[in-house]
Amino acid sequence: MSVVGLAAALRLAILPCPHRENSAIAATPPVMMPLAIRNYTATTALGRGRQAQLAALEQGRSGLQRNDFGPSGTDGQVLPTWIGRVEGLEQAALPNALSEYECRNNRLAWLALTQDDVLHDARSLGARYGSDRVAVVIGTSTSSIGATEEAYTRLERDDSDTLRFPADMRRPIVHTPHSIGRFVQAATGLRGPCMTVATACSSSAKVFAQAARLIASGQADAALVGGVDTLCGSVLYGFHSLGLVSAAPCRPFDARRDGLSLGEAGGFALLERADAAVQAPTHRSFDLLLQGYGESSDAHHMSAPHPDGLGACLAIRDALARAGITPAEIGYLNLHGTATPSNDVIEARTVASVFPDTLHASSTKGWTGHTLGAAGIVESVITLLALEHALLPGTLGSDTPEPANGPQIRFSNARAQIQHAMNTSFGFGGNNCALIFGRA
Amino acid sequence: MSRLCAQITGIGFWANALPSWQAARAFVATGALTSVTAAETAAETAARPQPRLLPPNERRRAPESVAVALEVALAACNDAGADPAQLPSVFASTHGDLAITDYMCATLAQDPAALSPIRFHNSVHNAAAGYWTIGNACTAATTAISAFDASFALGLVEALSQLDAGADAVLLAGYDSSATGPAATLWASHGLLGGALVLARAGAGPRLEAHLADGEAAPGTGALSIHAAGNAMAPMLPLFDALAVHAPTAILHAGPGRVLRIGLTMQGQPTR
Repeated sequence: MSVVGLAAALRLAILPCPHRENSAIAATPPVMMPLAIRNYTATTALGRGRQAQLAALEQGRSGLQRNDFGPSGTDGQVLPTWIGRVEGLEQAALPNALSEYECRNNRLAWLALTQDDVLHDARSLGARYGSDRVAVVIGTSTSSIGATEEAYTRLERDDSDTLRFPADMRRPIVHTPHSIGRFVQAATGLRGPCMTVATACSSSAKVFAQAARLIASGQADAALVGGVDTLCGSVLYGFHSLGLVSAAPCRPFDARRDGLSLGEAGGFALLERADAAVQAPTHRSFDLLLQGYGESSDAHHMSAPHPDGLGACLAIRDALARAGITPAEIGYLNLHGTATPSNDVIEARTVASVFPDTLHASSTKGWTGHTLGAAGIVESVITLLALEHALLPGTLGSDTPEPANGPQIRFSNARAQIQHAMNTSFGFGGNNCALIFGRA
Repeated sequence: MSRLCAQITGIGFWANALPSWQAARAFVATGALTSVTAAETAAETAARPQPRLLPPNERRRAPESVAVALEVALAACNDAGADPAQLPSVFASTHGDLAITDYMCATLAQDPAALSPIRFHNSVHNAAAGYWTIGNACTAATTAISAFDASFALGLVEALSQLDAGADAVLLAGYDSSATGPAATLWASHGLLGGALVLARAGAGPRLEAHLADGEAAPGTGALSIHAAGNAMAPMLPLFDALAVHAPTAILHAGPGRVLRIGLTMQGQPTR
């Protein structure tokens, strides 16, 4: 570690996270070796691939639409809300060789994987290192449970009077959480350590941390990470049952916000040791790095954030320590910013207590909706776009600041060349993750 | 191929009729299922453990997958003499809670607006991880993974990688529940099963070394593997069988055509 890095680490050790009684807070971790981002992509309600995300961010064009998805209630109506739906999944059948995995969630995975040459580059890494040396770590909250929900609407009675899935749905792999991880493994031919991370809305942020550890410990030389979540009855009616779904397009960090808009998305990134990436450049060179990660638990409540933002602060602290930088060096922060009343006020206070007023921080869920288990990868892609294109997104759909907002939380887009950027994702169970990306 | 290593400083185990690691080891040694006093039998060999970590009103309604995960996690920490509040943790489950999946899908098919908010937040794959960190006031990182029939092996790889990345000790818990309703026609997971390890850089207990390799893991032939063969987490059992008989190796399924090869070295006097 450089002297500068050490000094930074020492300063960070006293980052003022709230104290929790009877709870031991671990020491900050050492600086990590950064990983090169070899390629990255996302497919959301904004469109397919990086360029579609960038264009919509620049134009301030939301992908949210009136809900036309999911089971109808007893009134015959779908849930009255707005959603970020990906166009064209109904027409995007999987290739025949992958038909065992057929379902809406894996269709979105395939659609996302085939944008921006990510599938090609993943296979190239497999060819270079050996397919068993490239890990596959994919986040989701509900995987392909939409297929299981559909099966339950078409149950059949067999000869012994037992209710069974209809014949076209008797594909066990799509009715289990690892459906997504196994599908991506089959689609890419990669044979390194493969797992599905399912920690609700932090899932596909944590994939970066887990892949970084697999590479650091020598279990892989590179990793395909990502996240895929599709709209389904479980999340529409589940969040509705908690009173967290807005009837209008979401307004993160707005004083009048009244809940989230759900969305669906898929995204991927390829990670490789930074030194190896320099030795074997490809035709694509992003000069982008994963520089730090931090993970923590709120230890508070299954579905409500810690009132003082304790876990969020700890995750941010550890990410900064691993990157060896100070809060003042973060040029853009993509917030979790779900537009639920409790999340945003707590997050605004945390940001105000940790970061200087000069930070540009925003929630981009007004563009994509809350894509749940895909939020980590989608918002990491937006953070990487901010670094690559010097576009710092604002907070679409919001105009009246929540009183707790500090000057960090911006509603308008800005242009600035930045060196480091952070993405934070928080999930049910009090599961938190912060990531730091930077330019090489 | 890089090897991962750890000391196993604590073990927790729960299967139907084998409500502790002690009972499991006795079963492996003698073939006897837990036979204790009548009062203890009722409590210990019940269909599900009672998670002491949760307040009494939450114990009863906690999903059975959460109950077994918390039981084995706490038992492993007690065995290791480790403070649960200090440990990062990895929770590995093939399916999560199959009964809640059945409830969610059946309710959505009939009357979606009737969905229970508590059942919904209990339906997340990281429900056990969440209750664990809340019950122990633990702010350390926790994760919840599935790798289908390789879930325990990949959870072990993640836990060992956390040690390699600097953690002093990590808790790993693997668990699955029984399938109910129409989904049970696809998934024949029976009973409740949980196994947990506290893995540490240093400390008393068996030394574990592991590395990923090509190969196929044979179905377990040990007593525990046979006893709980019907549960979806059964692929973890060759390791627990090996630990029970002090065998030097175990091979776990780690994905299509892949295995996790594990070497075990017993050190010093057995503490359990």
